[in-house]
Amino acid sequence: MIAIENLHKSYGKLQVLRNVSVEFSPGKVVSIIGPNGAGKTTLSKCILGMVLPDSGEIKIDGQSVLGKHAYRSQIGYMPQIGRYPENMKIRQVIEMIRDIRKDAKEVDEELIGLYSLKEIDEKRMGALSGGTKQKVSAALAFMFNPRILILDEPTAGLDPIAAEILKSKILKEKKRGKLILITSHIMSEIEEVADEVLCLVDGSIKFYETIPDLKAHTQEERLSRAVAKIMNEGYHP
Amino acid sequence: MNKIIKYVLLDIIKSKIIIAYTLFLLLLSIGLFNLGGSPDKGILSLLNLVLLTVPLISIVFATTHFYNSYEFMELLVSQPINRTKIFMSEYLAVALSLSVAFLVGVGIPVAVFGAGLTGFYLVLTGVFITFIFVAMAFLASVITRDKAKGIGIALMLWFYFALIYDGIVLFILYAFGDYPLEYATLAMTVLNPVDLGRIIVLLNLDVSALMGYTGALYKSIFGSVWGITAAFGLLLLWALIPVLSSRRIFSRRDL
Repeated sequence: MIAIENLHKSYGKLQVLRNVSVEFSPGKVVSIIGPNGAGKTTLSKCILGMVLPDSGEIKIDGQSVLGKHAYRSQIGYMPQIGRYPENMKIRQVIEMIRDIRKDAKEVDEELIGLYSLKEIDEKRMGALSGGTKQKVSAALAFMFNPRILILDEPTAGLDPIAAEILKSKILKEKKRGKLILITSHIMSEIEEVADEVLCLVDGSIKFYETIPDLKAHTQEERLSRAVAKIMNEGYHP
Repeated sequence: MNKIIKYVLLDIIKSKIIIAYTLFLLLLSIGLFNLGGSPDKGILSLLNLVLLTVPLISIVFATTHFYNSYEFMELLVSQPINRTKIFMSEYLAVALSLSVAFLVGVGIPVAVFGAGLTGFYLVLTGVFITFIFVAMAFLASVITRDKAKGIGIALMLWFYFALIYDGIVLFILYAFGDYPLEYATLAMTVLNPVDLGRIIVLLNLDVSALMGYTGALYKSIFGSVWGITAAFGLLLLWALIPVLSSRRIFSRRDL
């Protein structure tokens, strides 16, 4: 579904992505992990076209997406830190995005309901707590029933109940055949929702494997131990 | 595109700065027309104040607006919308709202106090200057990500065009006073939109008779329909160049 070929990106002298090539297929939850500054967010922003790669190619369904914009109607994006116009109300933000994406046939308001956003929809975005902003981000990401979901540390800042709601939503959407990319640091959570793990270190892919394979290779019961083992001992597939 | 302009406009109106700006211009123009006696004198003093304040307020307001709407643009960039569309909507919304403020604040008093063609040129020049300085503000904002730096660059631009440039021109005129400088001054005028605007309005007032030989040359050029059209064409160019270059930078950078 998404094919990334030889992607390079540097910010000035800092190499953020080095020759990243990977393919993601639908109906999977892929978790992108790696130390801070490994290029996880940059990779997802490249797919979204927010960051423009220096070289390489990103294709969705065989079509190059670099420099295009229409393909983003198939992507729902939940940023790490949702930044919204401060003096707009929740209702206005949601209405605006719906207005912009009028052509979307199906509108999924499940998360708006589950997070009770309707009850607080007159609040200004600037007055919201970090967690509530994350709820708005999540609701917007899932709203237009996109085929691809990119969630950047989705549960960071959410309370446990809200995080549970989000996780079950992720699994539900996966069953509907969607591709979901999650960057996260919380291994227990990845174990719950993800099928595959893509590990980035210093901008290159360290490994990309399914969770059962990973555990079998390292002979560890828990994902966090398995990942730690690979990181410490180096990986030899 | 219209949709995005609508939302940006709503945001601008909410900030109330535009309303304060309109009232400021309105008070200024009504006051000057009442003080001056004849409408021509009113126009002349209004011209000097407008050419100082309109660029300053346009450039500062547009730069702060650009940085404050960073979040808004980020939100839109992840939606299926073209980046150039987002950028142009921001530009048009800011430039249009400032222009409307100017039309209400200066245009209405000019029409009421009956200043004729010169008044019309003053209003038109003001609108052009607004579009030009909003464009420069956007250029300053896309060059750097740092808000303080962006506002600094914007203020430097205003300083240069509104104050320093005239100093440089005067210095050149003084230093090379022994040479015929008519065409050189003409070229120097074209290189500063504020001066260009000033000349357009001044030459339609009687005071141009006091400007000597250079004034006569200017009058022969800007006095004709062709000259005025060319002058406004140049002002248009002054707006287009920064807009198009900043649009280009904006569509090719990381957000």
